[in-house]
Amino acid sequence: MSLTNERIQQRLTEKFGDVLTGFEEPFGMLTFTAQKDYNLKVMQFLFDDEELRFRFLTDITAVHYPERKGEELCVVYHLHNFVDNVRLRLKVYTPVASPKVFTATSLYESANWMERETYDFFGVDFVGHPNLIRVLNVDEMTYFPMRKEFPLEDPMRTDKDDEMFGRGGHF
Amino acid sequence: MLDQKQHIKLPEGSIEKNTTTLNLGPTHPATHGVFQNILEIDGERVVSAVSTVGYIHRAFEKIAERRPYYQITPLTDRLNYCSAPINNMGWIMTVEKLLGLEIPKRVDYLRVIIMELARIADHLICSAVMGVDTGALTGFVYLMTYRELIYEIYEEICGSRLTTNIGRIGGFERNFTPAAFEKIERFLKEYPAALTEFETLLTRNRIFMERTQGVGAISAERAMSYGFTGPNLRAAGVDYDVRIASPYSSYQDFDFSIPVGTTGDCYDRYQVRNAEMWESISIIRQAMDKLKGLPDDVYHADVPAYYLPDKKDVYTKMEALIYHFKIVMGETDILPGEVYHSVEGANGELGFYLISDGGRSPYRLHFRRPCFIYYQAYPELIKGAMLSDAIVCMSSLNLIAGELDA
Repeated sequence: MSLTNERIQQRLTEKFGDVLTGFEEPFGMLTFTAQKDYNLKVMQFLFDDEELRFRFLTDITAVHYPERKGEELCVVYHLHNFVDNVRLRLKVYTPVASPKVFTATSLYESANWMERETYDFFGVDFVGHPNLIRVLNVDEMTYFPMRKEFPLEDPMRTDKDDEMFGRGGHF
Repeated sequence: MLDQKQHIKLPEGSIEKNTTTLNLGPTHPATHGVFQNILEIDGERVVSAVSTVGYIHRAFEKIAERRPYYQITPLTDRLNYCSAPINNMGWIMTVEKLLGLEIPKRVDYLRVIIMELARIADHLICSAVMGVDTGALTGFVYLMTYRELIYEIYEEICGSRLTTNIGRIGGFERNFTPAAFEKIERFLKEYPAALTEFETLLTRNRIFMERTQGVGAISAERAMSYGFTGPNLRAAGVDYDVRIASPYSSYQDFDFSIPVGTTGDCYDRYQVRNAEMWESISIIRQAMDKLKGLPDDVYHADVPAYYLPDKKDVYTKMEALIYHFKIVMGETDILPGEVYHSVEGANGELGFYLISDGGRSPYRLHFRRPCFIYYQAYPELIKGAMLSDAIVCMSSLNLIAGELDA
């Protein structure tokens, strides 16, 4: 009997109640949001629970939504249960003014560099990380380049009007 | 300052009673890429290592936020450039998953052929280079001939060799030519003999075995904790393969096995890669057989709104011109949504996490690059090993700097 998304949701809701919200299944992958201070508790539960067994961390990354005031940065975890072959996606929103979430390095060794990369590009401060320094960019860098306030091209260019072609200049 | 950072404790029985700092890389020829490791060595034993990465970081994720979907394929080429077609296909399939496109079976099988050829090209380099690093250059020269043949096949299909940009959203840009099939047949006929010869040279070679067995070993549990995927994880004994776990591109139609190792050392990684090459050859054979029963003029899905039309049609046909304009100018509707798709890359699970807000380029695109994730285990793997073992261990991991640094 393999693990279904409904069962995972039921199990998580039993344990955490209102802490977890926004359950959905885009393209079959269970996705939900945890309150900011609960990311590690939820992951610990997913790791330890004998039924859920999400013991492989596939990926950590972040997304910047400048228009969501008070929760601009979204840290996204992809977890994988190898036994039942189920994946899920856990999201945590945090304000860009003080982007603090708990580190997952105590659960997964692989979280170390993934969190350093997320810090490097988005400035997410992983509380409790053993060595939170930049990994791909130079140490002297003073900003977090993947945030949306850094446009890739000069927005003042006049020879090219993006309004005509899909997304307008809201960078 | 460095020894404070690394908390150096001299090992039992230290002869030198003192450690030396050695910079291995970033441009050392034995590292096969731009990797820097600051090693603390006691005599010839590695006491600790600190890896520095990012020397060829090119901000692909940022660039992708300003590029239309079809222009992101060339960016993926430059991740794992030893097996660029797998990355191309992975990205294209991610977009197809987002758009919900139905892909004809023949296109799936053609993709399987190309991806397995790429896997062979990648494993072949890694296995051969392990031979070079242990002092056996001959095997490398034997196998390189066949990588050249694989590159000729790419060339016949898409026109380029290393960074292929092969395929389009919806299928391929043109049909495989008879010459391409001839070259694939030739490869299938000649390569097994060369691979057998290569294995005869290395697999039971006493020097090679002494140099690789027990070197850089990792347990299954540690490997999973470190996020190992691909041959490196399978060498440790975990039979996880994306092609089986979540099949894409009709891999479920093929009959193949997943080779696994037991100890997770360099020798097991080498063995797993060689066994996988044999499996890949068998998969390509099966795909060639399956193609015989299918109409031979289908090479893309019938999705004019997303598939870039043939250039000569653009100049002569009204519809093709309209769709070409719409795709290039970003007027096609891409649905908002978020999707994670992964393929079994040559060195692990290559994932694409794509968020679309409906615009002409992704709102966010993240590459899950397998070797970025498992490279963090390197200091642990080489702790206490000889310096020369550290070199073999690095080449056995199949690290590709382009993928690591994105």
